[in-house]
Formats: sequence, C-alpha cells, structure tokens
Amino acid sequence: MEQIRRKRRKAFVEEKACVACGCCAKVCPVSAISVWKGITAKVDQSKCVGCGKCAAECPASVISIREVEA
Amino acid sequence: MCSGMSGIRDQYPGGGSMKSEKKWYDYLWIASAAYLILGFFNIMFAWLGLLCFFIPLLISVIKGNKGYCNRYCGRGQLFALLGGRFGLSRKKDIPGWMKSRWFRYGFLIFFFVMFFQMLWTTWLVFAGASDLHQTVKLLWTIRLPWNWAYHGTLIHEGMAQFAFGFYSVMLTSTILGLFTMVLFKPRSWCVYCPMGTMTQLICRVKNKEN
Ligand code: SF4
Ligand code: SF4
Ligand code: SF4
Repeated sequence: MEQIRRKRRKAFVEEKACVACGCCAKVCPVSAISVWKGITAKVDQSKCVGCGKCAAECPASVISIREVEA
Repeated sequence: MCSGMSGIRDQYPGGGSMKSEKKWYDYLWIASAAYLILGFFNIMFAWLGLLCFFIPLLISVIKGNKGYCNRYCGRGQLFALLGGRFGLSRKKDIPGWMKSRWFRYGFLIFFFVMFFQMLWTTWLVFAGASDLHQTVKLLWTIRLPWNWAYHGTLIHEGMAQFAFGFYSVMLTSTILGLFTMVLFKPRSWCVYCPMGTMTQLICRVKNKEN
C-alpha cells in the first residue's frame, strides 16, 4: 500500500429496485454477490473486486460501481 | 490487490459464462427450447409447462428463496445465451418505468387476469358450452391456426383446450422476452416476469414473518 488514501471500486446494489433474478451472482468471478432470501442481491464488500461484471449483466441495471476509500 | 484485479480480468475476457464448472442445471435452457418446439408438433406437451409454474412457487413457499430464478430457470438461461453469447441484444438499460413496482405488479395482475380468462375458456369446453379452438393466441389478441399440432385426446377436448391456452401463454411470454432481450439487456424479461415478481413477493412476505 504505497498510497495513504487508496480508492477501490466496489459494487453497490439499489436494493429496493432489485428483482432478485440472480443474473449478477452467475457472472461474479469471486462469488461476492448473492441473492439474499429471494428479496434482493447483496454484495460481500470484503470479496468484491469491483470488476463490474455484475453491473453489466443486471437486467434491471440496479448495480453501480463506486469508488470507496480502502 | 491491483494485480489480483487484473488477474481476474485476464482470466475472464470478454464476458460470457464465468464460472468454469457447469452444473446440470446450467443446461435447462435446452428443456425450455425443447418445450417450445414440442408444442409445435403436439400441443399436449404444453401441459409440461405447468412445471415452470409450480416449481418456482413451491421453492419460494417452502424454502423462501428464489432458487428457481437463480438456478433452474431455463427460460432465463435461454435469453442469457441468445442475448449474450449470440449477441442478439443491444445491452442497453431497461427504461425506468419497466422496473417500477407499478409496472411489475401491474403486469403480474394483467397476466393473472389473462390466465383466468384462459381457464374460463377451458372450462367452457369441458362443460360442452364451447367448441375446441385449435389455435394459439399470440399476445392475447392474434389467433394463429395450430391445428397440425392436435392429434386428438384420450380424455376430453377440454384437456386440449388447456394445452392450447397454456402454450399461448408460454409463447406470448417468450416473444415479449425476446423483444425486450433485443431492445435492452438479455434477461430483461426477468425484470417483469410474472413468476419472478410473484416468487419475490412470496419471499418478501415469508421472510418478514420469520
Ligand atoms: S463488481 Fe465484480 S467482484 Fe464485485 S460483485 Fe460485481 S461481479 Fe463480483
Ligand atoms: S442481476 Fe440485478 S436485479 Fe438481478 S439479482 Fe442481481 S442486482 Fe438484483
Ligand atoms: S424472472 Fe422469470 S424468466 Fe427470469 S429466471 Fe425467474 S422465472 Fe425465469
């Protein structure tokens, strides 16, 4: 960690609009996103590498990739 | 950490299927495609479509999850394949109103009304009040002749009427799904799919209870 303040990219789900189809979970290379109780997708922030594959796949386009302080 | 990220990108170039080990249920799209084809030759196969109604409902009621959508739905896989691998999708965002609760629940209700109308038509044939229509109704309006797929029935003509009606429901939803697949993202149908909306609703209610 050469910088003091590093930015990392993470996926965020707009849970109210998620249709719980699970398309995101199917494409995540590190299994960081899964459908919780058939209601909404949730991201395991510690696993997510911010690749954006889930966001591209999501038919409802409710996932955004944002930079967060690491 | 950065090298880890690019490593993953290198490993999975160009999207498509990600996870290496495919499970048996990843091939259920074949069953969905076969279903539509079989109904073209013998309408009685349409009865099998009831599985796509009862399995998701049972999973959501008993297990309280959307396992059907998340794993077993062949129709979703078919759209993902055609729109993804075969590139038959513009991959644009679906318009906001189509993912609104209004539209999703509205479509669910509309779908149900049409479904009950179909059951009513079936009942009329069973009761002898109406003749069997050897047609498939597309988009709830266009009647297509489909008589070549009817080879008589052992039990009652009403059984065949239900098959025609059910196949109409399945074909109509496939066509809508293909349409939105091309216009928006491959699995756009999943946003307003009545089974998807209903199972999510059941999970909401069920998981609130606990
Ligand atoms: S951004 Fe990538 S790693 Fe993170 S949840 Fe989405 S697919 Fe998985
Ligand atoms: S793909 Fe989108 S809508 Fe479907 S479960 Fe994932 S976040 Fe929700
Ligand atoms: S939303 Fe409908 S089409 Fe999509 S996976 Fe679920 S049942 Fe299948």
